[in-house]
Amino acid sequence: MRVFYYLELALRSFRRNRVLTALMVLAIALGIGTSMTTLTVLYILAGDPLPGKSDRTFYVQLDAEGKENYQPGGEPNVQLTRADAEALLRARRADAQAMMTGGEGAIQPSEAGREPFHVDVRYTSADFFSMFDVPFARGAGWTEREDEARARVAVISKQLAEKLFAGSDAVGRTIRLDQHELVVSGVLDAWRPTPHFYDLFTGAYEQAEQVFLPFSTSRDLDLERMGNIDCWGEQSMTPTALVAPCAWIQFWVQFEHRDQAAAYRDFLVHYSEQQHESGRFVRPPNVRLRNVMEWLDEGKVVPSDVRLQTWLAFAFLAVCLLNTVGLLLAKFLRRSQEIGVRRALGASRRAIFVQFLVEAGSVGLVGGVLGLGLAWLGLWAVRQQPQDYASLAALDPSMLAVTFVLAVASSCAAGLLPAWRAAHVTPALQLKSQ
Amino acid sequence: MDFFPILAALRRHRTAAVLIILEIAFTCAMVSNAVFLISERLRRMDRASGIAERELVRIQVTGPGRQENAQAVTQEDLARLSGIPGVRSAASSRQLPFGNSSWNSGLTVAPDQLHASLNASNYVGSETLFETLGVRLVAGRDFTRDEYIDEEAALQSTATLPIIVTRAVSERLWPGENGLGRIVYMGPGHPLRIVGVLEQLVRPNELRGIGDFELSVVLPVREKYKPNDNYVLRVDPERRAEVLAAAVAALGHSRHNRLILKQQTLEEMKNEYYRADRGMAWLLVSVCAALLIITALGIVGLASFWVQQRTRPIGIRRALGATRGQILRYFQAENFLLATMGIALGMLLAYGINQLLMQRYELGRLPAQYLPIGALSLWILGQLAVLGPALRAASVPPAVATRTV
Repeated sequence: MRVFYYLELALRSFRRNRVLTALMVLAIALGIGTSMTTLTVLYILAGDPLPGKSDRTFYVQLDAEGKENYQPGGEPNVQLTRADAEALLRARRADAQAMMTGGEGAIQPSEAGREPFHVDVRYTSADFFSMFDVPFARGAGWTEREDEARARVAVISKQLAEKLFAGSDAVGRTIRLDQHELVVSGVLDAWRPTPHFYDLFTGAYEQAEQVFLPFSTSRDLDLERMGNIDCWGEQSMTPTALVAPCAWIQFWVQFEHRDQAAAYRDFLVHYSEQQHESGRFVRPPNVRLRNVMEWLDEGKVVPSDVRLQTWLAFAFLAVCLLNTVGLLLAKFLRRSQEIGVRRALGASRRAIFVQFLVEAGSVGLVGGVLGLGLAWLGLWAVRQQPQDYASLAALDPSMLAVTFVLAVASSCAAGLLPAWRAAHVTPALQLKSQ
Repeated sequence: MDFFPILAALRRHRTAAVLIILEIAFTCAMVSNAVFLISERLRRMDRASGIAERELVRIQVTGPGRQENAQAVTQEDLARLSGIPGVRSAASSRQLPFGNSSWNSGLTVAPDQLHASLNASNYVGSETLFETLGVRLVAGRDFTRDEYIDEEAALQSTATLPIIVTRAVSERLWPGENGLGRIVYMGPGHPLRIVGVLEQLVRPNELRGIGDFELSVVLPVREKYKPNDNYVLRVDPERRAEVLAAAVAALGHSRHNRLILKQQTLEEMKNEYYRADRGMAWLLVSVCAALLIITALGIVGLASFWVQQRTRPIGIRRALGATRGQILRYFQAENFLLATMGIALGMLLAYGINQLLMQRYELGRLPAQYLPIGALSLWILGQLAVLGPALRAASVPPAVATRTV
């Protein structure tokens, strides 16, 4: 097996040129380390939060605003008014649909002497849990009937269940949110969609909410909302009233097949026309129906700093590789006499080329291992940052594989030129006694 | 120093020479842009906010909105807080600079105008807001006690209410004037007369764009309590921690269904707000340092190799009468030449990269003064890196080099 012989040759050469080899390994390790750190962060932040369903799950936007600030062809408001969201929910034209918005409140534990604490809440409708594959540890969500009946039910997160009920079954128990009692119908398993795609206003990489309850119930109890609200025209009523000219609700739909989206889009246009005729919509129909990844793209979820850092790291890797090319060239041509002897003994140019390519690749391998360690360190440093996505930064198996492939491939690429030059050393010149 | 022979000699080692030039060029381009980015971030973090940052602490409270006697609770809280030793002034405010959550409105200069002239952030708070925040008026006056009006009344009213704007708003709407006495509209039925102009009061966030960071207005609305309102206290810088603890104790953790959500100094808020910029600046500094080290090591490596290859020619030159100094100077001149070519290429690359960054990341144009910095650092780096190998070359004894075995 020639390759093992070449590896042995490579190892000997490392031992003879310790300093030079160390420099090369260090350069590659630094380049790989920084590139993999930034690439992993980018990969995590730009990932698909709903794998398998993201191309048939869509976000709905309608243009309900007035004449002010109207730009023909401009983007409609990011959110829907309460009236439109409730109308679309009632229409049930998709296989699954959910309206939702953010909220907050204070939970009062039932034991005496325990202080109330603040929680983030989501007000939504029954289909939310099945649409987004939300995992349940116990129990289940609520039904459409309960939506309509404004039932006093809630679904709570795993942490909240542990905090309030410490291990015992929470399903059927009562929680007190802002002095109102709600019955727990289900407890979620650990769930943290990355990004927090269904509502970017409450934090693109935030943890999921602690409490979920029907939107209708939240209006009945007049619970606090959280997130972004845009109002227009005459401000003469509470922004959260049914007919208030304010956009604050998110609306998601899901289909069995993504081609059904076109028909739904037509429905949205038809709905806008109806509203226009009745005088509620002032502007011509202007609808948007984007799937999850398109929606994340439009919302520019990945911070531009993260992209910039990734480019920076790869440019740094390029410089490290340039460096490696130079050092490999120096290292290989230093052994011109050895090459001359081997050629004289019958080695073909190809054999020499492969030998040095293997040597370059093995430098890359060692550099990759070291670089992996540096990447692990780098990701640890990222986790110490107080960003909301910080705790997500961790190496996963696919990134591990990418590290090694990148290290070996880039060092082989760097070794191409030096290996070629080494292979074209003229044996006769080298074998002279000078 | 005659450069032609050096160039001729380099032609025989084209590959290595090109590699050094490319490495220097990339490093120069990246370092120039990185240093520029760092200075931009530092400049961003240095922006004046208009308030007395070092003298303020804030407590954010939350809890259900519908409360009995919300107004009375707020007044009681403010009275308690003012009574804490060390507190010079206390106020309530719906939003604060660097607080992130904000209430924004479009302003127009005519009642029937369809497109907002600009979008400004609305500050509302207690009557003591100005003296607590420490904002400065450059024209006009603060609101008088009787100009304050309840929120519902403000919504229904069609009378012209007073408003105070920042200088940036006035500049944007009427360039060159200070806007005092002018009327703006927040919606057709709500005219507002400008009675005061603030030097500076930044928005709580930059979601509307970096250029609009200074567009704020203050309304004389006696705000009803809303969740996430703030109490802000003005204290001596040294007593901030002590006063904050006392204030939290005075408010009690959950009186009147209110919870304390956050308690921090304004400086902490500001640090949190700029943490991404700080992180980016640190990353850039590390990458610059690493780049320079790697380039230096690359030059050392290649130069050593060259010296080894040219042991015989050097020996011959020494035998013919060249001094050690002349050999040293030869190598340093060669390195200077390579560095110059690399830097020239690097300048072009730097501008190219800058163009890309300008398009995708809202950066400014690279100012000319960064280029000499990049050039100088790489020249020095190159000369230092080649010193070792060059000294070794110079100490090659002529006798050794001319031996044939």
